[in-house]
Amino acid sequence: MREVNVSSVTDAVDRLCRSANEVLGEDVLAALKAAREREESPAGREVIDQLLENARIARVEGEPMCQDTGLAVVFLEVGQDVHLAGGDIEAAVNEGVRRGYVGGFLRKSAVQDPIDRRNTGDNTPAIIHTRIVAGDKVRVVVAPKGGGAENMSALRMLTPADGRAGVKAFIVDTVRRAGPNPCPPIVVGVGLGGTFEKAALLAKEALLRPIGQTSPDPATADLERELLTEINRLGIGPQGFGGRVTALWVSVLTYACHIASLPVAVNINCHAHRHVEAVL
Amino acid sequence: MLELKTPLGDEAVAALRAGDRVLITGHVYTARDAAHARLMKSLQAGEPLPFELKGQVVYYVGPSPAKPGRVIGSAGPTTSGRMDPYTPALLERGLKAVIGKGSRSMAVREALKRYNAVYLAAVGGAAALITRCITANELVAYDDLGPEAIRRLTVERFPVVVINDARGGDLYEEGLKQYCQAGPA
Repeated sequence: MREVNVSSVTDAVDRLCRSANEVLGEDVLAALKAAREREESPAGREVIDQLLENARIARVEGEPMCQDTGLAVVFLEVGQDVHLAGGDIEAAVNEGVRRGYVGGFLRKSAVQDPIDRRNTGDNTPAIIHTRIVAGDKVRVVVAPKGGGAENMSALRMLTPADGRAGVKAFIVDTVRRAGPNPCPPIVVGVGLGGTFEKAALLAKEALLRPIGQTSPDPATADLERELLTEINRLGIGPQGFGGRVTALWVSVLTYACHIASLPVAVNINCHAHRHVEAVL
Repeated sequence: MLELKTPLGDEAVAALRAGDRVLITGHVYTARDAAHARLMKSLQAGEPLPFELKGQVVYYVGPSPAKPGRVIGSAGPTTSGRMDPYTPALLERGLKAVIGKGSRSMAVREALKRYNAVYLAAVGGAAALITRCITANELVAYDDLGPEAIRRLTVERFPVVVINDARGGDLYEEGLKQYCQAGPA
């Protein structure tokens, strides 16, 4: 049994909220540079140039790369042999978000009630997903999610008869209908299978996979490859100005599902593809 | 690259075409979801608005907070479509340009034609870059809305692209026509 004080989780979340918003990941930068080479549209190339310059300014000046610093989506993987001491773990996570967003000059984009819509003032509560895993570590992943691309996400309960073709059609159509709104070039996370809520969570988790990494399952890797190609044939392009690069990557996570169901969830992320982690 | 100064005149706006790249200098008023809801309520109640619309530009943005010594935080555009329900009424009262990102409804595009106004896009997510064009930041109304307050920003050569001009042109549609390789939906 290893004791981990929740204050170290607070500190990690505080730090990760800030760095996620200021420093774009190496895999995303590499993907944008490769996209710049592949893009044929002059307007599209100029957008990508601006995004790369923007990422540089954000990193150097310690400013958020996008003003929408998102809701704090936090994944906790707690080892079975860990004893979390010193307070309530979710309160500790929220305190980390509060410190990161207030102290870090990040935007307060949370409203407490979806109908009443009064701002909570400190970007809490975080959206927390916790899993118990083997071992004695605590892994904290902070993946701030902005509203624009999230609003273009979709889930449908297909039927088994819809099959692989129906799955692909729904995913590609979701991207088509989103058009310029999610700030292309986008990253697409897909959850296939599970139940209604499991599919959605899988789609969000799929977005944590590094760009360039395919599914370890060959059939799923084929699906990912085909989806990326078909999405990029839509011609939406960077910022929807028209072009060859609409999506930088597609990741698919699958799970067992009911004999009567074929749930598909599409979680769209913009090019401010932010996720950072710490292991305590 | 065309240069435009605010307030915008009818002739300058009428001459713009979808795809034109423009640098805007002068003032823009920030407003997004919550501010637009309040503006509509005021219009419907016959109350004066917190700023004069004629010839002006509204920028759909909710900036991140300014660090000490800085004019403003990061300030890229938010998705314009959410403001579609409010836009025709503001265009009718003389608003000449709106800046955001993402597609507008047919009702907005028709209103742009009817009232001679344009919809411009700033690059979504190039927020730190756009901030460099903002030289002053003054609260105008709705301070309680935090990032959603109405602010008057002074901008210098703020780069935007004309998406919808006053003649029905649409850059998103033109882009798809040129680059779409998929079959019919």
